[in-house]
Amino acid sequence: MHCLWCDEEQVPEVVWTTVLAPRKEKVVCEACASQFSVLQGSQCPRCARPMEKAEICSDCIRWQEQSAALKRNVSVYEYNNWMKDVIAKWKYRGDYVLVGLFKDQIVSSFTHAFPSKEAFLVPIPLSEERLAERGFNQALAIAECLDLPIEQALSRINSEKQSKKTRADRMRSTNPFQVILPIKQPVILVDDIYTTGRTLQFAAEALVREGCPRVEAFTLVRG
Amino acid sequence: MIFSMSMSFDWIPSPLTSVSSPHSSKLAGRLWLEANLPLSTEETADLIEKGLLTRVPALESNWWGRRCRRCGNTTERLIVPWPCGCGQTCHYCRSCIEMGRISSCTSFLLWTGADPDWHQHVDACAWTGQLTPFQQQGADRIVDTVENQGRLLVWAVCGAGKTEMLFPGLERALALGRRICLATPRSDVVRELKPRLQQAFPHVDIAALYGGSDDVDDGAQFIIATTHQLLKYARAFDMMIIDEVDAFPYHSDPKLHFAAARSLKRHASLIYLTATPRFSLKASSYLKKLPTVFVPERYHGHPLPVPRFLAAFDTKASFPKNQLPKTFNDWLHQKKNEKRRVIVFVPTIKMAETLAAILDGAVYVHSEDAERKEKVQQFRDKEISLLITTTILERGVTFPSIDVAVIDAGHLVFDEAALVQIAGRAGRSAADPYGDVVFFHSGKSSAMVRAREAIQDMNRRARKEKR
Repeated sequence: MHCLWCDEEQVPEVVWTTVLAPRKEKVVCEACASQFSVLQGSQCPRCARPMEKAEICSDCIRWQEQSAALKRNVSVYEYNNWMKDVIAKWKYRGDYVLVGLFKDQIVSSFTHAFPSKEAFLVPIPLSEERLAERGFNQALAIAECLDLPIEQALSRINSEKQSKKTRADRMRSTNPFQVILPIKQPVILVDDIYTTGRTLQFAAEALVREGCPRVEAFTLVRG
Repeated sequence: MIFSMSMSFDWIPSPLTSVSSPHSSKLAGRLWLEANLPLSTEETADLIEKGLLTRVPALESNWWGRRCRRCGNTTERLIVPWPCGCGQTCHYCRSCIEMGRISSCTSFLLWTGADPDWHQHVDACAWTGQLTPFQQQGADRIVDTVENQGRLLVWAVCGAGKTEMLFPGLERALALGRRICLATPRSDVVRELKPRLQQAFPHVDIAALYGGSDDVDDGAQFIIATTHQLLKYARAFDMMIIDEVDAFPYHSDPKLHFAAARSLKRHASLIYLTATPRFSLKASSYLKKLPTVFVPERYHGHPLPVPRFLAAFDTKASFPKNQLPKTFNDWLHQKKNEKRRVIVFVPTIKMAETLAAILDGAVYVHSEDAERKEKVQQFRDKEISLLITTTILERGVTFPSIDVAVIDAGHLVFDEAALVQIAGRAGRSAADPYGDVVFFHSGKSSAMVRAREAIQDMNRRARKEKR
C-alpha cells in the first residue's frame, strides 16, 4: 500500500501476529501521520480553541453577547503548517481523495464528541461559482465520512472568499446563507475550518430563524 | 534510448488552417487549460470558432488503462475516480495536480492555426571569444545536428566550457528561424545560464522559466527552463538541449521524459549535454544509435585531477567521539598550512552537522538549507575557507582554486556519476588548473574505482587526440 500523501510504498513489518491475522493496511505512512496534530488537552468548550484552562474564551464571550445561535464547535485537528499544505492541496488544488487522510480520525473524534445520533448533518455550501471552480464541496466530503443523514439545507448567496478577508471585514459582512429546506430537529453543521466562527454563526442563525431547535458545528481544523 | 518508451503523441492535432493571429507565438506549442489562457472568454470562443484553437481530451482512456496527457502518468493508483462537478464519475490525475486538476472531462486547448513565424536572426551571437580545438570539434557537430535535425550526445568533461560550445549551434538555429529550448533539471543552472546567454545573444527574446520565476513565456523564441516546465509544452521546439541530462530529478522521473519528448516538434534537433552519461545513454552511444561527440579536455587544456584514495577505517568510530578520522585530520591540517580552500562532501545531512560541530562551527549546506545561496556565495567570495556540503553542490557550481575531499566515499549516495562530478569541482580555473581530490573511504567501492577509471580514460583520450 502506498501512502496517500507522499506515495512512498509502505512495507508492513512482519511479526508473529501477522501470521494469525492479516493486518489492517494503513492509508498514511507513519512519517506523514506523525505530522498531523489532533486537538488535545484543554480547550474552549464552545469553539475548541486550545486554552491553558478549559474555560470559555474571550471571542466566545463576545459571540454570546451578539448571537447565541451556534451552541458549540468541535474540531479535529490543529491548524499547523503541515495542515495548511494538506488543505491547500485537497481543497484548492482539488485532490479529492485526500479526504481519506482524515477519515478515521473524523469518525473517532465525531463519535466521541457527539455520542447521540439524533441530528442532521448540514454541510456549509459553496456558492455555485466556487463549486464550479473546485468541482466538489469539501464540507460535504467531510460529512460523507460520517453515517448520519445529510441534508443540504442551505444555499449561499455571495461568493467572496472568507480566507481573503481580514477579521474586521468578516465580522461586518452580511449573512450569505438562505435556508432552502427548514429543519425542525437538531443540526450539526459541517465545515473544513473554524477561524473566527463568522460563517458558522451565520449558518446557525439562518437555521434557527427557520425553526431549528439546536445547532452545533463539527469542523476539520481549528484555525 | 531515453525516448524509446512507446509514447505516441498522435493526439496532438496538426494545424487545421493557415490563418494566423497575433496570438500565435504566445499560444502555439502549449497545452492550455481554459482557466490559464491569457485571453478573454470572447477571444477564446472566437479562436475556437475559427479553428485556431482546438479542444483535445486531457486524459486518455485505452484498453490497457488511462494516461494523463500532460504528465504521461499511467499508474492506476494515481488516476482515481471521484464525483466530478460535471455530474459524472470522472477520473483525475493525482500526479500533476499541482498544475491544476486534469479530469476525464477536462480538455486542453491547442493551437491549430498557422505555425508562428520565428524571427531569423542574422549574426545573433555577440560572443567574441575563441574556442579550443576540442570545443570547436563539439561545436561543429552541434551545428551539423541543428542543420540536419538529428540527435547528438555531447559527452564533455566537467569544465570543458559547454556553454560556449553551444554558441555556434544556437546562432545557426536562430539564423534558420527556429524555436529553441535549453532545459536542465536544476533551477540554479537556469538562473546561472540566463544572464550568460542573454549577453551572448543580446537581441534575442530569452525567457528563463522555473518554479517561482519572474519571467513568463509570452512567446519567447528562446526558452531556458527546468525540465519540469516542459510539462506545459507540446510540439513547441525545433531545437532542444538537455543540459545535465543525467541529473536528478530528470533521469529518474518518467514524467519529465514524457514531457521532453512531447515538447519537441516532429522534426527537431535534440542535444544531450553531460559529463557523466548514465547507462542507457552510454549504451545507445556505444551501439552507435546515438551520435556522440567527446570533449575530453577542459577549456584550459590541462588534464582532469585524478582522485586519490586514502583509507580512513576509523570514520565510523571517530565521529561519535567528536574526532576526525586521522588521515582526514592530517590532510586538513596540511591544507590549512598551505592556505588552500577546501570543499568537503559528506553523504548525509546528519554527518554534515556532526562534522561542522567538530570543526568548530564550520559552514555547511544541504538541500533544505534556506541560506544555501548566501553560503555558496560566501565561499565563492573567499569569505570562508572551508565548506561542508552534501551532494547538492556536486555539479553546476564553479569555485576557482579549491581542493576537494569526500568523506565516506564508499557510501551509496556517491555513485560513479556523482564522484566524477565531485572530482570535477577541482582545478577549474586556468590560473590554478591543478587541484587535490581525495576520496576518504573505509573500503573502496566499485563506484569509486569506476569513477577514477572514467577520469583517467578521458585524460588518456585527450592526450591521444591531441597528438
